Amino acid sequence: MYAFDYHKPRSLAEATALLNANPEARLLAGGMTLIPTLKQRLASPSDLVDLGGLPDLAGIFVGDGEVRIGAMTTHATVAHSAEVRAALPALAALAEGIGDPQVRHRGTIGGSISNADPAADYPAGVVGLGATVVTDRREIAADNFFTGMFETALEPGEIVRQVRFPIPEAAGYAKFPNPASRYAVAGVFVARAAGGVRVAVTGAGPSVFRVPEMEAALTASFTPEAIASVLVDADDLNTDLHATAAYRAHLVGVMAARAVTSALES
Amino acid sequence: MHNENVALTVNGRRHALDLDPRVTLLDALRENLGMTGTKKGCDQGQCGACTVIVNGQRINSCLTLAVMHAGDEITTIEGLEEDGNLHPMQAAFVRHDGLQCGYCTPGQICSAVALLAEHKAGWPSYATADVATAPVLTDGEIAERMSGNVCRCSAYSNIVSAIRDVAEGGRI
Repeated sequence: MYAFDYHKPRSLAEATALLNANPEARLLAGGMTLIPTLKQRLASPSDLVDLGGLPDLAGIFVGDGEVRIGAMTTHATVAHSAEVRAALPALAALAEGIGDPQVRHRGTIGGSISNADPAADYPAGVVGLGATVVTDRREIAADNFFTGMFETALEPGEIVRQVRFPIPEAAGYAKFPNPASRYAVAGVFVARAAGGVRVAVTGAGPSVFRVPEMEAALTASFTPEAIASVLVDADDLNTDLHATAAYRAHLVGVMAARAVTSALES
Repeated sequence: MHNENVALTVNGRRHALDLDPRVTLLDALRENLGMTGTKKGCDQGQCGACTVIVNGQRINSCLTLAVMHAGDEITTIEGLEEDGNLHPMQAAFVRHDGLQCGYCTPGQICSAVALLAEHKAGWPSYATADVATAPVLTDGEIAERMSGNVCRCSAYSNIVSAIRDVAEGGRI
């Protein structure tokens, strides 16, 4: 790691002041991505601002047709929350499938979506459910939040406070996990709500994306068969040693069908 | 860049340290406190050899900075024995031969101890078919719940036997 100064602010205002005073500072949440990145010397922040001293940023509230999750809430907390499992079981299952127990005890929803790894699970849930990302200065609709590979709409110094998920009529998530690390080679989140069906894909492309053809077909008929003939274009998908773009395109169809089946069973 | 004063509570004992903020919890345990029971395997959060229990939760000590843990209760493999006797999980690993080279073993044992607490709290896992009922610790459940700990000697079957033995109230 390159050298940095460490800060653990006790208020959001103090965190903001530290970020404003140090343009090369980075926020530290659970550290599950940032610390390995620092070890590999792929980042050289002047300062780390640890959000672990702000208990107001962690916590779960279910009510008013929403599940609200604080940015510093860990994956394990979401996965094992009786309230989340009752109101939005697909999201609890998604959180339970991230990494392994040790990672789930530290990794946070705010850190995951701010990092916007193309193979992360949460972006599929955030976009699939049409969630709202609440920051220290504004609310950002999920469709506008993820802008590219490891890129989001967050401005310098902007801090994610909470993610608000509307509770759908039915939802499901299915992924083809990397066998060793569990990240999504291709993962699909499907949600049916009064406004229609949303289908969000992670892992397959440079960033999470929706599949309008599947959404239209599922809005007409919410069954796995309805999307059996929808072909996903492989042109913009990822190829790496684990899967070609064509294979990922195929996996998107398979995972979407499984997600619909899961939604129907929940 | 500035060092940080941090007080770490490890196995019930408080240690005041003056640390470069880059020092991971793992390196603080091994290099600064001389507690080498916790092992450094991959040092990037994939193998689980460095697993310790912080405030009751198992985490990878290589993936967290020591300065982040002021005030936390940290338990390592050295803190599991009671009055000179092996912890039941340590004894079960010996009895079931749940190791070959032994390098991953401290992490496996810390992870397994936390696993039993999580199971006792009623936490389901990815392998639980019906999350509405209390999950039974089948071999499949144990394997899923131990997925953060890799054993390259592949002692998995005996590790699972040891954990199931303790879960079922086995001999000490």
